[in-house]
Amino acid sequence: MRKMIEISCVEVWREISNYVDGAIDPELRARMEAHFKGCAHCTAVLDGTTNVVKLLADGVEYDLPQGLSQRLYSKLKD
Amino acid sequence: MGAAKPDLGANEAELIQRVCQGDKEAFCGLVRPYERAVYAAAMSILNNPADAEEVAQEAVLKAFSNLARFRGEAKFSTWLIQITINEARLRLRKDRRHLYESVDEARTNEEGEYFPKDFADWREVPSEALQREELKQALRHAIAGLAPKYREVLILRDVQHLSTEETAQVLGISVGNVKTRLLRARLQMRDALAPGIDGSWSTGQAGYQKVRPW
Repeated sequence: MRKMIEISCVEVWREISNYVDGAIDPELRARMEAHFKGCAHCTAVLDGTTNVVKLLADGVEYDLPQGLSQRLYSKLKD
Repeated sequence: MGAAKPDLGANEAELIQRVCQGDKEAFCGLVRPYERAVYAAAMSILNNPADAEEVAQEAVLKAFSNLARFRGEAKFSTWLIQITINEARLRLRKDRRHLYESVDEARTNEEGEYFPKDFADWREVPSEALQREELKQALRHAIAGLAPKYREVLILRDVQHLSTEETAQVLGISVGNVKTRLLRARLQMRDALAPGIDGSWSTGQAGYQKVRPW
């Protein structure tokens, strides 16, 4: 069996956003997952980053100013 | 690379054709699904509702005037957002109250690495927390606190769900820069929000003890 090369916290932080997006190769993913198992700090960073992405997707809306939909095309009518 | 064009909905293609034949109403139908995206793109750069609205109006006018030049190489929505981003940057540059950061400068002057400042645990987002006004406010506050170059990437990727490639195209930066800025934006957001979630917000305590490894 091949021995997995360990990865440092700093390396994990550099890749954590790509990890959340699923945009890393399987080998790096496996190394990061092994690191998360033994590192509470990096797990906290991962959970928090995942939550930020979830919150942004579900909870952030820029409410359109009232009537913007009508005003948006006003310049076309001139 | 494959030359596959993005799938432009049949309805969208038809609307574009009608607009090019002089049908203004068809243009409203074309833009309507993206009104919120246009406004959010303008807000991501200007951070001010009045300016964002004006820029949104200008972007819509520009899209209308230039629609004949739209060739469908990108999605219509991406093209429209790109126009909005350009208009918003132009506005920012004109406005002397802001220090405009040019794209070239940003390319050569990427800031150093950002590391987490705090290791507060934040395992679950309670679904009811999303309904809480304080959380929404904290989110808006954290977004507003980001530097513009991080905020625009965060909004386009995580709020508007553009792909990394689309975001790079719209902002005129490399895919690598999109990833670096998104990483930093997300980590800064986590640092701003996590301590409150498990600390002072949930317990009502004012003081939160930072959890640091050093």
